[in-house]
Amino acid sequence: MHFKEMISGKYKKTVFLLLLIILLVTIVIAGSLGSARISFPDVVRIIIEPITPMSIENSNIKETSRIIIWKIRLPRIILTVIAGMGLGVSGAVFQGIFRNPMANPYILGISSGAAFGVTLGMTMGLQITFLGIGAIPISAFIGAISASVIVYLISGGGRDILPLLLSGIAMGFLLSALMSLLMYFNRSQLENIVYWTMGSFNAASWQKVIITAPVILSGSFFIIIFARDLNLMVLGEDSANSLGISVKKSRLIFLLVSTFITASAVAVSGVIGFVGLIVPHAMRIITGPDHRTLIPYSMFGGAILLLTSDTLARTIIAPTEIPVGIVTSLLGAPFFLFLLNRMRNTK
Amino acid sequence: MIDEVIVETKNLNWSYNETKVLDNVSIDIQFGTFSGILGPNGAGKTTLLKLILNLLKVEKNSILIRGKDIKNYSRKELARIEAYVPQSIKMDFNFTVEQVVLMGRTPFLGRFDRESGRDFEIAEWAMKETGVLGLKNKLITQLSGGELQRVVIARALTQEPIIMALDEPTSHLDIHHQINILSILRSLAKKEGLTIVAVLHDVNHALEYCNNIFLLDQGKIVDSGSPEKVITPEVMKNVYNLDVNIKKNPFTGNPYIVHDYA
Repeated sequence: MHFKEMISGKYKKTVFLLLLIILLVTIVIAGSLGSARISFPDVVRIIIEPITPMSIENSNIKETSRIIIWKIRLPRIILTVIAGMGLGVSGAVFQGIFRNPMANPYILGISSGAAFGVTLGMTMGLQITFLGIGAIPISAFIGAISASVIVYLISGGGRDILPLLLSGIAMGFLLSALMSLLMYFNRSQLENIVYWTMGSFNAASWQKVIITAPVILSGSFFIIIFARDLNLMVLGEDSANSLGISVKKSRLIFLLVSTFITASAVAVSGVIGFVGLIVPHAMRIITGPDHRTLIPYSMFGGAILLLTSDTLARTIIAPTEIPVGIVTSLLGAPFFLFLLNRMRNTK
Repeated sequence: MIDEVIVETKNLNWSYNETKVLDNVSIDIQFGTFSGILGPNGAGKTTLLKLILNLLKVEKNSILIRGKDIKNYSRKELARIEAYVPQSIKMDFNFTVEQVVLMGRTPFLGRFDRESGRDFEIAEWAMKETGVLGLKNKLITQLSGGELQRVVIARALTQEPIIMALDEPTSHLDIHHQINILSILRSLAKKEGLTIVAVLHDVNHALEYCNNIFLLDQGKIVDSGSPEKVITPEVMKNVYNLDVNIKKNPFTGNPYIVHDYA
């Protein structure tokens, strides 16, 4: 395709509409699949029932189907979509901030912080709840945020990118070691901890949707508004400053918002790899690197990839469920290698 | 030429980790001139350039831009006056040339604005001036060093600046492209009244293109003024420890230096 067409507004709108349609179709498919098969038209009818004023011919829908959709499948689908959006957006932001298309949302130690938090919570037998959210997501969220804040502070307040990156890596190793230590002395919790780190949406609930959706959606909206600054930051700090933005301030704001987005996603799902890395990458191939379109695209791309992966995870060898993190890594790692190869060849 | 001092530094001092990089530097840059900042490695040339761009922290009232303390400008205001062309840019993202050039319009756009027809016109003009209009839809990652440097200059031009500050704009280029870039800059200074300040390594380039030179050595201004006045065999011996002869270029009539290669 010609690049002039690629950056034209019409092309971008068409692709965006396409992504939206794919997401809606995926939602319907995900709603249909499971131990009890529900037909596609029924899924659609059940979902739009409460928001259509006209009464549709619904008499033939089984009440159990309604319960399965509204109580079990839909909260999980929506939570997956929201988490996927968050990982897609924050992946694009981290790649922009670090000026590196190979960066991902976990490089500041969010994932290891969350995993350590969960390990600590489980081994201490933490029994707190907050706003209807249990101990595990809370300890994951606190662990994720604390690890990132510490990394930011010890690397000199984000004065430079490289110390931030290296401190994040060091923090990751440190927390993994501490986590292994805790696990070694608390073997009764071993299985639970390992299972959590693989990532899963099987504990999804409307309560989790209500807590995470505002954080992830408003955070993403905020980032879309400031997306142009990311374009400039990719040029380098001095160039961006000389074009009228304050890089240090913008970087802090972007890091803060995307850290909250990522931590929220991780808290309700565990460590799901590769979504934040692969999605912005794939979207950049489709739309180019302009963050004003890349961010919304990554939002929808992340939702589609994660929902597809989660649906596969719970249906492919049903009734057994595979952790979704395994599915995304199985899909993501080969794609990542393909991209690396592609980059080497174009250079 | 309008008689206006665009940039003025007053007894400018700057230290990096206790080491003095600039020592009492006072310079005036006049509107519409092509100024070269010269000096041996480590003389403080790039530091001086970055300071007048507000890319390094500076004390109050030591740099005035159009008579006003640089500290009293917002970054956005300053970006409408000064444009910066760094020594090299590293880019792993596949922006098109046009997208990069259009980024120069950022200081004129509000938070929710998209680039409009006028912004595209200015970008097109800038690409034409720098000879990269034909590369408009090419990816920035696929350009040669010379093309990339011209794209960055086009982006700076798109800021419609009064002054363009360049850090060794020719350091990664072959001799043909060095001359090409400097000639583009000179014609912009003449045609558009653009004020140019460039850190230069090649003394002969400065003799040919600049109408004003600031010679720095160990953080101090050794001399400033017209190239003919500043560059003398004595100064070259003192500052660069080099024995030179000054000749006249038969093509342009301007002075140039030759030296022994022992």
